[in-house]
Amino acid sequence: MPREPLQFESRVERLSILDEDGKADEELVPEIPDDLLVRGYRTMVKARRFDQRRLKLQRSGRIGTFAPVNGQEAAQVGTISALDETDWFVPSYRETAAHFWRGTDPKDILLYDAGYNEGGALAEDSRTLPLAVPVGTQMLHAVGIVHAARLLGEEEIAMTYFGDGATSQGDFHEAMNFASVFDCPVVFVCQNNQYAISVPRSRQTRSETLAQKAIAYGVTGIQVDGNDIFACHVAAREAVDRARNESRPTLIECVTYRLEMHTTADDPSRYRDEEEVAKWRQRDPIERFGKWLMARGLVDDKGIERMEEEITDEIQAAWKATEARIETLKDVGPMFDHVFAELTPELARQRARMQDGHSPGGWKDG
Amino acid sequence: MAELTMVEAINLALAEEMRRDERVVILGEDVGVDGGIFRVTKDLIEEFGEERVIDTPLAESGIMGVSVGMAMRGLRPVPEMQFSGFSYLGFHQIESHLSRMRWRTQGGRQVPVVVRMPYGAGVRALEHHSESREVFYTHMPGIKLVVPSGPRAARTLLVAAIRDPDPVVFFEPKALYRAFREEVSDEEDEPITIGKAMIRRDGTDLTLVAYGAMLPRAMEAAKTLADGGIEAEVIDLLTLSPLDHEAIAASVRRTGRCVVVHEAPLSYGPGAEIAARVMEGAFLKLQAPVMRVTGPDVNVPYFAREQLYLPDAERIADACRATMNY
Ligand SMILES: Cc1ncc(C[n+]2csc(CCOP(=O)(O)OP(=O)(O)O)c2C)c(N)n1
Ligand SMILES: [Mg+2]
Repeated sequence: MPREPLQFESRVERLSILDEDGKADEELVPEIPDDLLVRGYRTMVKARRFDQRRLKLQRSGRIGTFAPVNGQEAAQVGTISALDETDWFVPSYRETAAHFWRGTDPKDILLYDAGYNEGGALAEDSRTLPLAVPVGTQMLHAVGIVHAARLLGEEEIAMTYFGDGATSQGDFHEAMNFASVFDCPVVFVCQNNQYAISVPRSRQTRSETLAQKAIAYGVTGIQVDGNDIFACHVAAREAVDRARNESRPTLIECVTYRLEMHTTADDPSRYRDEEEVAKWRQRDPIERFGKWLMARGLVDDKGIERMEEEITDEIQAAWKATEARIETLKDVGPMFDHVFAELTPELARQRARMQDGHSPGGWKDG
Repeated sequence: MAELTMVEAINLALAEEMRRDERVVILGEDVGVDGGIFRVTKDLIEEFGEERVIDTPLAESGIMGVSVGMAMRGLRPVPEMQFSGFSYLGFHQIESHLSRMRWRTQGGRQVPVVVRMPYGAGVRALEHHSESREVFYTHMPGIKLVVPSGPRAARTLLVAAIRDPDPVVFFEPKALYRAFREEVSDEEDEPITIGKAMIRRDGTDLTLVAYGAMLPRAMEAAKTLADGGIEAEVIDLLTLSPLDHEAIAASVRRTGRCVVVHEAPLSYGPGAEIAARVMEGAFLKLQAPVMRVTGPDVNVPYFAREQLYLPDAERIADACRATMNY
């Protein structure tokens, strides 16, 4: 028998539509109503301004650390906007822009950032999950959710987010594999922002692209310009259709860049130079989308100015409300809430002791 | 009434709960067609189909993570970790999500998952198949951990675990899987309340605390002691977390002496926690220090020496006599 190359189907493409100068391949621009286009733009701007405000709050000690979205707004808003409200959004920890699109209240995010569990409270019927810190773990939840829905006789789809670093995790492999084996309608959105904290993408894998990892699972993969909101949206729409109509997963690699620090505790100058960052600033997702919108007459300078003012006011009001709420949350008691469905006698005892100013364990009459 | 082994009793409980509640699903490695490598899930796939008895890819984190997702969407998954020694690949999902999803969503999501896993030594198994690492899970807030000591307890505890709104790690003493049979009612038994210990033998001289595969050995030791005129009260913990320390302290207040038995290593084992609770709850009644009869602080040796590692009735009785003569 001669040796011959293995034949297998590769369903991996690359897509870009809107270039750095705001010029689009108009043939490929998806049909989106004007008001949604403007709403998308506003969401991107709001996420960026929110981070700028949060950075000030963090530097002055009023909130803790957080992961800025700066530079990745198109990757998030482009993809999440392909979902319906009844679809599941299963984020990692950097998806503030996607959260805003889904309607997450900035007050909740700020309360979480300020260190209060109450900020993570989830309505029972919510299909937006709270952020997940352990890298890669949330992808499996998306798979479990849609698989459970199917067993319950419902057709539901999920979109889950993760980074380039997360593709090195076993959970990425396990989630992609489970999703494919069980025909789960999950859209895997990888925001390849080139770094996992300090470690560059080239140190995560020798695979030429992350999108091609889909091949090994028998999954459709696509790489898109992650700073191009149209490419992100088209890929996400196709993936959502595939999920809904064929109940099959898709892997989308959004090639993007984190313009800011990993979190506020990080100093990027230790691992990358300004030149590289400057190059990516030229490809800013908000600027290029703004140019396209202006050329289309959908926004103008005055309108943007008004939008900026509204956003500033909205964020300011959210922080004021958060500060007021914090004043009511000083008791030690709430850390014992929701550990179990019902407070156990042991936890009740520990809580009572702490509320009396003692350590949780202690002497008791015999 | 039928005489069942623990494997059969667990199988019965799973089948009953799956009949009663459509939301109960099983998933794991070899749980479907094969019926589980210990046959705990035998024939369930025939009755409930492959949608509810799911043979998964070989990936413990995947099994746990998918279970968390399924539970968040309203199912009651009962994943099986083939051996507790391999549950560590799913540990991250248990610690980071299963144990705290209710807490971190402020009650918005519940994850009523029962993670079944065989543990413990005594079946002449390979490396990694014999350890008793219950404290990995008892140390996790938000997780309940139960350990049956016989077929009847296994059946009723598993029913209680599946009906519990919180995640439960269900430790199955594999040494007892087929060690003996017990009468198990065809009717539904009263589920044992999770968090309650049971007195298996009344006694006035000392309190002997055990659970899982050590319970039969403690009972045997109690019998030997009785021949020598020492009456041990034997407490079967059944739940390790939350621990029924009230029951232990109440008994020690009567007897004044306490010996704890477990096959997990000595240091930082459940015995340490129990000793501290006895100090809190029965200090002035204590006539001797709490004694621990446990495995040593080594891994379970390869099977030629596993019986040497494990506490046996002789060692337990010996410790009890030492406590009496203190
Ligand atoms: C399991 C796990 N290991 C390590 C960390 C610490 N950590 C937080 S974010 C991060 C890098 C993640 O990189 P990537 O997946 O590319 O996502 P990005 O932060 O770039 O969005 C690391 C190592 C963690 N949160 N979880
Ligand atoms: Mg990254």
